[in-house]
Amino acid sequence: MQKILEIEDVTVSFDGFKALNDLNFNLDVGELRVLIGPNGAGKTTFLDVITGKTKPTKGRVLFKGRNLRSLSEHQIARLGIGRKFQTPRVYLNLTPRENLELTSNRKKNVWSTLVGKPKNAERNSVAGLLETIGLSSRADIPAGLLSHGEKQRLEIGMLVAQSPDLLLVDEPVAGLTDEETENIGDLLLALAESHSILVIEHDMEFVRQIARKVTVLHQGSVLCEGNIDQVQNDPKVIEVYLGQPMDDSDTAHSLELEASGSEL
Amino acid sequence: MDAVSRIGARGKRQAFWIEAAIVGAIALFLIIVMPVVLSNFRLNLLGRFLSLAIVALGIDLIWGYTGLLSLGHGIFFALGGYAISMHIKLEDADGGLPDFMSLYGGTELPWFWEPFYSFPFATFAVVTIPALLAGVLGYLVFRNRIKGVYFSILTQAATIVFFNFFNGQQKLFNGTNGLTNFQTLLGASVNTQSTQFVFYSLTIILLVGAYALCRWLTSGRFGRLLMAIRDDESRVRFSGYNPTEFKVLVFAVSGALAGIAGAMYTLQSGSVSPRLMDVAFSIEMVIWVAIGGRGTLVGAILGALLVNYARSFLSEQFAEIWLFFQGALFLIVVTVLPDGIVGWLKSQGIQSLRGRKQAFTYPSLEEDPEIQQERQELETKSSE
Repeated sequence: MQKILEIEDVTVSFDGFKALNDLNFNLDVGELRVLIGPNGAGKTTFLDVITGKTKPTKGRVLFKGRNLRSLSEHQIARLGIGRKFQTPRVYLNLTPRENLELTSNRKKNVWSTLVGKPKNAERNSVAGLLETIGLSSRADIPAGLLSHGEKQRLEIGMLVAQSPDLLLVDEPVAGLTDEETENIGDLLLALAESHSILVIEHDMEFVRQIARKVTVLHQGSVLCEGNIDQVQNDPKVIEVYLGQPMDDSDTAHSLELEASGSEL
Repeated sequence: MDAVSRIGARGKRQAFWIEAAIVGAIALFLIIVMPVVLSNFRLNLLGRFLSLAIVALGIDLIWGYTGLLSLGHGIFFALGGYAISMHIKLEDADGGLPDFMSLYGGTELPWFWEPFYSFPFATFAVVTIPALLAGVLGYLVFRNRIKGVYFSILTQAATIVFFNFFNGQQKLFNGTNGLTNFQTLLGASVNTQSTQFVFYSLTIILLVGAYALCRWLTSGRFGRLLMAIRDDESRVRFSGYNPTEFKVLVFAVSGALAGIAGAMYTLQSGSVSPRLMDVAFSIEMVIWVAIGGRGTLVGAILGALLVNYARSFLSEQFAEIWLFFQGALFLIVVTVLPDGIVGWLKSQGIQSLRGRKQAFTYPSLEEDPEIQQERQELETKSSE
């Protein structure tokens, strides 16, 4: 299987503190992967390294076989990596339609932005996208007036408008109602048909809905990988999350874990 | 859908022509009627204030739309003034040295004065020197991702550097006194009424041009991107745009506008001196825009005119209190009208001036965009 993302022995240290520690990670083309881990495990730093916000102290990041070290954020974004932030970040003074139009623009240099007119095809795809994320009727009011869930959807829409090959999605359902969470899940599953997606999430129910393969991050390196059941029953994971020493009564722990499911 | 967008396009074109007609009418009014109504002194004052409105537009572009508070536009303004004055001084000297140079014992024309013999070069320099300086300064600053208050402090520091340089160079720029005592430009006496009227009209034409340029830059995709940079720059980066390029361009355009403004101001005030690079003057420019309404081009123009008229009125009546008044005006705007006068008019002023808010029986229904859209669709269907 061809890899879209390869991370080799990446270490990021901030003044000696290693946010990522000899991390190795691979993502196949077309895969939907969920990344979980306790607070401070390095999940956001992990996305920072991929998107060029932080440069690795050691090791390298390959996207479609290309080393990303010398590239800055906008160049990496143009290569085809889109990122959604933890808190929705949309342009509040622009309307959803304008938000999408800006990101869907293909030629992003100064000159084309200045003189280029949005093409009909682009306009249509924006309209289609508004339909998909359910914001058609709110397309022309400032995005600052949207609800939290609508902003989350809009930002995912912006991500898609960018038409990246790899989507990095940081906690897409934080602060959403159950119904909205399910909507986002369906949206991500639909997107997974044609994109490679990496999702960071805490909500285990949501992880269950979308995940095929889960990676657990702990203290800056990969603790374990596998499907959701394997991960939830892995004694190392249980220890990390519940902070109890390992002993033989694994079953008891996994029961506890089930009970505390959504806090994971 | 297609029909709707076609109607939208027609509406836009109509709005464009209406706006163009209004701007044209105001310009004609200023050029034709004002000289009849106002005394020469008042007309000259108006001309100066209108040239200050050009630099206000530049500030609005970089601050109001792109979110970069520049406290250094006095540099660009003064450079524009110096560029055109150097040409006039050379023309006045008639092949010799400008008067002040021989006074300070200079014997040779400094090399960089030479090209200013040419009028085309001088006018070219009015625009390009400030633009280039802003571009280079902007590139160094923005490439290193310096923004917010650090950018403001840097521009202010640059103002002090330039002020001290021009202030200290007696032989090169006549130091504190600056360049004054202008006689002729292109063979015409600068101080006659008719030449001053030409300067006045030219100022208005340039202001209209500057307004059109800013209007073009801030509407459409480029303008939306500027606002996106203002609201969330790193989001712009992760969307694949390089904000540095856009910021450098806008800063350069803004600097060029300041240069043009400075040249027109100098021609009508009859002197240019390092006082224009005073930190306080650059901050004043920002205050004009804040009072008029940042992010609204009309606001920048109105703010510049309003504050300067208030100043000239108050300082004629009570010279001492002007600075207190200006401070109070700024405080009032910041605390009560954060969007400035025009911003306030846009958001609620018009409604509250009418004296009543639109009353709905079911506000939640009437204001819900989904219901609005359904209604619109029904109406278009029935009209077909």
